[in-house]
Amino acid sequence: MTRSYDAIVVGGGMVGSAIAFGLQRLGLSTVMLDEGDVAFRAARGNFGLVWVQSKGIDFPPYARWTWESAEAWAELHAEIQELTGVDTAYSRPGGIEVCLDEAEFSETESSLNRLQSHQPEFTFQMLDRKTLAEELPGLGDQVVGGSYSPADGHANPLYLLRGLQAGFRAKGGRIEVGARVTAIHRQGRDFSVMAEKGAFKGRRLVLAAGLGTNELASMVGFHVPVHPLRGQLLVTERVQPFLHLPMSLLRQTNEGSVLLGDSHEDVGFDEGTTTGIMNRIANRATRVFPFLKRARVVRAWGSLRIMTPDGYPIYEQPSEIPGLFAAACHSGVTLAAVHVYRLAKSIRDGALPEMLHPMGAKKFSHAAD
Amino acid sequence: MRRIETAEAPTIVIEFEGRDIQARQGDSVAAALIAVGEVALCTSPVSGAERGPFCMMGVCFDCMVEIDGVPNRQACLTPVESGMRVRRQRGAAALGPEASAGGVIPKVLDIDS
Repeated sequence: MTRSYDAIVVGGGMVGSAIAFGLQRLGLSTVMLDEGDVAFRAARGNFGLVWVQSKGIDFPPYARWTWESAEAWAELHAEIQELTGVDTAYSRPGGIEVCLDEAEFSETESSLNRLQSHQPEFTFQMLDRKTLAEELPGLGDQVVGGSYSPADGHANPLYLLRGLQAGFRAKGGRIEVGARVTAIHRQGRDFSVMAEKGAFKGRRLVLAAGLGTNELASMVGFHVPVHPLRGQLLVTERVQPFLHLPMSLLRQTNEGSVLLGDSHEDVGFDEGTTTGIMNRIANRATRVFPFLKRARVVRAWGSLRIMTPDGYPIYEQPSEIPGLFAAACHSGVTLAAVHVYRLAKSIRDGALPEMLHPMGAKKFSHAAD
Repeated sequence: MRRIETAEAPTIVIEFEGRDIQARQGDSVAAALIAVGEVALCTSPVSGAERGPFCMMGVCFDCMVEIDGVPNRQACLTPVESGMRVRRQRGAAALGPEASAGGVIPKVLDIDS
C-alpha cells in the first residue's frame, strides 16, 4: 500500500536532511528518501565551516541568504542539542583568511569591501602581519596579513548531519535508506514517487539529492545543472589547541585534529586522492604554520562536492508543477540553518522567498540541452 | 597475556617510563609492553580516559606513546630498538606554540560599533 505524506524529500545528505527536519518540525509529515551508501555523499566530505566572508561578493542575494543562515546557526545548534543530545560543536569565534602575498591581500580587501557595500551588517578588518602574528603564535614568515570577520564560525559536519537526521526522527519523520528513486508521477494534486523500497505519495516533493538532483529533475521535465567538484582533505593527529579561529584552508577541531583542505578540482566522478594535491594542501598549510610539519597526517580523502554553472546555489520551483521544489548547493553546512528554518517554511507555504528567485535553475536553461 | 614461543629472537632492553623492560627483537613496542603487563599506554585527548592497544594494526590510535622525545607514535606499528626510551602519551601532543587566549583581535578591532 502506498503511504501518503505531506512532503517527500529525495536526498538524505546535508541539504535534504536540513529541509526534511525543517518540514517535520513545522508539523508536516515527511519522508526522506536516501539512496544509500552508493550515493556520492558530499555530506561526508565537508570541511565544517560556517563561512560568510567569501560568499556572494558580487551576488547580493547569495550574500544575504548566507548571512541569514550564519545568524540562525546558534539557534540551530541549540535546538539540535536540546532535541537530540547531539553536539554539533558549533562556535563562532570569527574567521581568518590568511594572505601569502601582497596581491592576495589587496584582492581580499577589495572583495570584502564589495561584499560590505551590499551587505552592511557584514563587518571585517584587514589585519597586518604584526597583528595577525600576535593573535596566532607560530605564524609563518610568509604570511603577509589576512582578513578577519566576526561573522564566521565552524562546526563538526558529521555531527551536524547526524543531528539533523536525529532531530527529523525525533519529530516523527521517517527515513528510508536504500530508496533510490526510479520514477516520479503526478496524480492529481499529489506526487507519486517510485523507489526501490516501494512507492510514496506526497503533496509536496523536494529534490535535494546533490549530484543526483538533475537526474531526478529530468524525470519531471526540468533541469538542475550540477556537476562534481572534488575537494581533498587531510586530517592530522590530535594536537594541543593552537588555533581558536577557523580559516578556509585549515581549522583545528574542538577535539584537537587539524583539518587541511581548500582544494577544488574538476575531475568528473573520481573520489580519489592524488599526491600532487595533497602536497599542495600540506605545503600551503605549513607556510601558514611551519610547526605543522611536525604533525602526522592520519587520513586523507577526496569527496565530490556540488557545483553549479555560476557557483551559486540553485533553488527552483517550476511554475508549471505546483508543490515541486529543488535545492542544490555547495555550502550545505553554512546554509543548514536557513534551510531548516526559512526554506522549509517557504516550501510548506508553497512559494520560495523572492530573494531566491535569482537562484532559479531557469537561467541555465539555454545551456541545459 | 603471555608470549607464544615460536622462534628464538634475541632479547633487547628498552626503557618505559624510566625503567628497563625486556623485549624481543622483532616485537612492536605495543607487543613488548603488553608482554610485561603494561596495557594503558596513553590517555584520550578528548575525555582523558586511559587507553591501550586495541587493533594492533594501526587504525585505532589508542596505543600512542612518546618515543625518544617524539610524541604520538603508534606503539603497534613501531618495532622495538635497543635503548629506545618510551613514555606514555598523555592527552594531545604539543606541536609548538600554545594557543593564544584569543584576546588580540577584539582589542584591535572596533567592528561592532
